[in-house]
Amino acid sequence: MAVKEAWGSRIGLILAMAGNAVGLGNFLRFPVKAVQNGGGEFIIPYLVCFFVMGLPLLFVEWGMGRYGGKFGDHSTPFILNNMTKKNFWKYFGVFGIFTNFGVIAYYTYIESWTLAYVFESIKGTFVGMDIQAVGNFFNEYVDIKSDGSIFNWPMKAIIFFTITLAINIYILSKGLSGGIEKAAKIAMPLLLVFGLFLAIRGLTLGKTGECVGCDSNVALAFIWEPSLNGLWNFKTWLEAAGQVFFTLSVGMGTIQCYASYIRSKDDIALNAVSAGFMNEFVEIVLGASIVIPIAVGYLGMDWVMENAGFMMAFKTMPFLFDNWGATLGIAAGVMWFGLLFFAGVTSSLAMGTPWMGFMEHEFDWSRKKAAFVFGCIVFVLAIPPIVLFQQGVFDEYDYWSGTVSLVVFALAEVIIFGWVFGIDKAWHEVTHGADIKIPIIFKFFIKWVTPLFISVVFIGALIKPNGDQWADAWNSFSSGNGWIFDNGSILNQIFRFNTPSSELKWFVEGSPTSLFFVDMSRLLLTLTFLFVCYLVFIASKKRKNKIPVEHK
Amino acid sequence: MSTSAIIMMLLVQGTVTAITGYLFYKVLTTKPNPEPDSYIENDSDPR
Repeated sequence: MAVKEAWGSRIGLILAMAGNAVGLGNFLRFPVKAVQNGGGEFIIPYLVCFFVMGLPLLFVEWGMGRYGGKFGDHSTPFILNNMTKKNFWKYFGVFGIFTNFGVIAYYTYIESWTLAYVFESIKGTFVGMDIQAVGNFFNEYVDIKSDGSIFNWPMKAIIFFTITLAINIYILSKGLSGGIEKAAKIAMPLLLVFGLFLAIRGLTLGKTGECVGCDSNVALAFIWEPSLNGLWNFKTWLEAAGQVFFTLSVGMGTIQCYASYIRSKDDIALNAVSAGFMNEFVEIVLGASIVIPIAVGYLGMDWVMENAGFMMAFKTMPFLFDNWGATLGIAAGVMWFGLLFFAGVTSSLAMGTPWMGFMEHEFDWSRKKAAFVFGCIVFVLAIPPIVLFQQGVFDEYDYWSGTVSLVVFALAEVIIFGWVFGIDKAWHEVTHGADIKIPIIFKFFIKWVTPLFISVVFIGALIKPNGDQWADAWNSFSSGNGWIFDNGSILNQIFRFNTPSSELKWFVEGSPTSLFFVDMSRLLLTLTFLFVCYLVFIASKKRKNKIPVEHK
Repeated sequence: MSTSAIIMMLLVQGTVTAITGYLFYKVLTTKPNPEPDSYIENDSDPR
């Protein structure tokens, strides 16, 4: 029988919510996006997007969650159902459970790398390694092969993945206050301490003499040199809006689930802003001061401009820390991968809660049963991206679950909240019981600006032109030569305009192609979505025999 | 690093830090609502 869940304390809830938002992207995606979009040119659009899109989205999701909780709904299918009184929307709410399965399957794998690298740092594995050797170590760890082999069988990585998943499942099985909240109360302070140490190191590194221009201040100057040029660049706005969107972990159903355990008389406004700003502190203050300044300090700005990317965390940082001597290098490695692990685990735990809330409350499952089954499903879903890492399956999961689904669901929920549910009721939900006064302008943002921003982000992703060159694509379109789609645009991903028909084959000389594995991974994700739809259908039938529960 | 970059960095990072600190101070010092509230650690009887 399900145990009634509740948060232990308000600060615990905020730390768990902040932990949900703070993830690997705060330390890796944000600084890389800043560098790729002109540094100082990126910051102002980013801040504007945070205020007109990020904060309103937080209010929307916290408001939806607390509203759903009043009726005993702890996952998005029935939260949307109750808000709209239309059956259709509960199937749209499936995104709020499905997305988490798709994302956690590969996210926990990355999380397990950070755990493994903590142990490798303690063992002193990276001491004395040059940058090439550090890169090779990673390739061997995930079993990247250059001999054309189809499958990767990284046994060590699979063991660490299993351990990481088991940690997540164990914490989830302990419930909100006994598991997730306790984990957040340990992980978040440690993350901040580790982050502060590394950020201070990045800010004070200065010239290292490793190369001409090897100076962390060059990176800081690039990131922070104010420039208004970005204000007139559509691509910069698109990237800034995308970064704000992904950093806050919105569009996943996790915030609604956490907030659904708050009573209707208790505050959500101050909680939402506090969690949001804590995420921004980690991103803007800590995230901007670690990877890029330290990398420029030892490798120079040109190298960073050419190589900035997510994999720097594993393929570059251990080499950079080793420049600080064996002891400090090992300590920095433990802190770096430790903070990434904490950032990852607090996010992956949040991804488990919509399923937990759904199964506990709709099917009366115990926490342990819900957590165990969740672990089994995630394990099965995670095998393809692990063993078919080089075939593009990992990227496919990230694209459809971790990018497209989030934007689609966030756009739907903000329209439902502001338009279908009604902006006056929505505003009442956000401000009722608030411990701070939210400026009335946010009501306008929720109804008009936020949906517009997310629509622009979605359309931008749908028709992204080749190389993000919007002017070139428009000129080509207006002169009758058609729109030049980027390979990563949603329409090209679906219709494959850019792939010659001769390459659209599942098998070549009897061997499966990458396309085959990519399509099979799409099929697996689709089946997962349909499986959750089926569960929602069954739960809906069960509900007809139940009296709605309301707590105030 | 130019003066304008230093000012921008201090302004943005300082503002974000100050707002975050203020919000946490407010969370910690705001009087809790009468029971039953959403949190179990301040309950006299565990649920």
